[in-house]
Amino acid sequence: MSKYYPAYDHKPTREGFGEGLYLAGKENPRVVALAADLSDSIKMTRFKREFPERFFQAGVAEANMVGVAAGLTIGGWIPFAGSFVNFITGRVYDQIRQSVAYSNKNVKLAGSHMGLTLGEDGATHQNLEDLALMRTLPNMTVLSPCDATQTRQATLAAARHSGPVYIRFGRPKWPVFIPEEMPFEIGKAQVLKSGNDVTLIATGHMVWHALLAAEMLEKRGIDAEVINMHTIKPLDREAVLQSVRKTGAAVTAEEHQKAGGLGGAVAEVLGEEQPVPMARVGVNDRFGESGKPEELMRKYGLMPEDIVQAALRVLTRKKP
Amino acid sequence: MKEITPLPVSTETVARLQKIAAQVRRDIIRMVFNAQSGHPGGSLGCADFMAALFFEVMDIDPDRFTMDGIGEDVFILSNGHISPVFYSVLARRGYFPISELRTFRKIDSRLQGHPATAEGLPGVRIATGSLGQGLSVAVGAALSKRLNRDDHLVYCLQGDGELEEGQNWEAYAFAAHHGVDNLIVTIDYNRKQIDGPLPEVMNLEPLHQKLKAFGWHVLEMDGHNMAQIIYTLEHAKKLTGSGRPIAVIMHTIMGKGVDFMEDDHRWHGSPPNQEQFERALQQLPATLKDF
Repeated sequence: MSKYYPAYDHKPTREGFGEGLYLAGKENPRVVALAADLSDSIKMTRFKREFPERFFQAGVAEANMVGVAAGLTIGGWIPFAGSFVNFITGRVYDQIRQSVAYSNKNVKLAGSHMGLTLGEDGATHQNLEDLALMRTLPNMTVLSPCDATQTRQATLAAARHSGPVYIRFGRPKWPVFIPEEMPFEIGKAQVLKSGNDVTLIATGHMVWHALLAAEMLEKRGIDAEVINMHTIKPLDREAVLQSVRKTGAAVTAEEHQKAGGLGGAVAEVLGEEQPVPMARVGVNDRFGESGKPEELMRKYGLMPEDIVQAALRVLTRKKP
Repeated sequence: MKEITPLPVSTETVARLQKIAAQVRRDIIRMVFNAQSGHPGGSLGCADFMAALFFEVMDIDPDRFTMDGIGEDVFILSNGHISPVFYSVLARRGYFPISELRTFRKIDSRLQGHPATAEGLPGVRIATGSLGQGLSVAVGAALSKRLNRDDHLVYCLQGDGELEEGQNWEAYAFAAHHGVDNLIVTIDYNRKQIDGPLPEVMNLEPLHQKLKAFGWHVLEMDGHNMAQIIYTLEHAKKLTGSGRPIAVIMHTIMGKGVDFMEDDHRWHGSPPNQEQFERALQQLPATLKDF
């Protein structure tokens, strides 16, 4: 339980997507949805039930699904094409690249069961490279909300946004802590806790762990700032720079490879604009494995303690 | 072919379209020579079909091109490498100035090596070039028309070599399963691809039976017989709305119209040199004004 943001519920971020998709469909009759045999797993259930004429089952054929989604935009529809992260990013990278991103189509790619916390299915399904793949594509917006409430908000924002969007979310129950009234704006990072000694920049499930880490650091007399980077692209460079100009050190935390994701994006900004000691918490250039979400997060170094250790390391490198 | 009763097509229509196709072939050679790159073989082979499609078969309005294409027919070129024939018919049909064909494959051009939407070229609604993706997009565009209660059609052209991409077969299954019956897909069956004759690279037969087994109406036509192209496509139109998508296997000759390019896979993606260029143009006299 974070003292800064008490959890008021526990539910999977994918449920937030399901709610958001339904609300988007209710708000805008142009929203349609496509699934590749995982519609209930990724929580398209309510949309399917309420708007059956706007739902298309593509079968286990994601490449075609992405192309069909691109085609549906010709004529003004707003398609959400969803599957597990692995099957809606890496598996169909070139379809996304040519038919969606280069063609600049108003397609929303929804990836559920992100990262290690997918759990027992193991490494074949644990895509840890999606942020890197998607954020390097021109025209693509990349959203990585942190809890069910924010995933609902982000899904609605994706529907309202004009242009290609990738949104990732997860499978397990997770604390819900973002206040309903907190506004969500694509590209605008949220400073969840201000602090002066070190900046913790986290995304997705890891935002919760960053909040817990901040409390643990506080007990050691370290005042951490916590930034929720729910948009990986466009990255809120100003939020990063403003914070590290104050704190002089940064730690990133993500359920993704250390390379190419949030940590990579932040390192690019800091390297070019404001070099400060930094560390990345993430998966260290290896594939995952079967296990329970918490066991995996522990084994692969994604716990609050790992963020604390990384913060202590960068603080030793900080210039006095 | 045996399924269709030939409909009379007026000799004036055939002559008018042949005249356009002849100039389109000349445009293709001049564009590819001018750029010293591009794909003349498949472009020449599809010149008759594309002239028929854009100047006779489709209901389109080049003066009011919109990305959404509501209230008109939509065309998706899946085998994007035959961009020369696409650009030529688009320009000749009035989508953009004919003089712009000079810029094909040059820096700062809207006429990219493969069709793209990024530069805003009227007539292009999706980027294609990486093969096997256009049919899925066409299926989506057809679903879009259905949702919009727009009774116009979606046309798609595919190469035969690109049918080796598995995504096409996902799309054939999807279109049949969802009863996408406002879609007419033509397959350019020239039996040639970059590495050699298609049956040697990767056999596609029995194509007719495969498509039929996937739940499609399947027609065949000679892609160099203008009257047959017209009446086959008119017949295809009559099959729309019957619950099944329509495929037209179009038998063509790669490089058609330039004797030394005909039926030779080496002309898939190579430009002619000066001497070959002159020989080609002698066989393709201008029927309209050159760009």
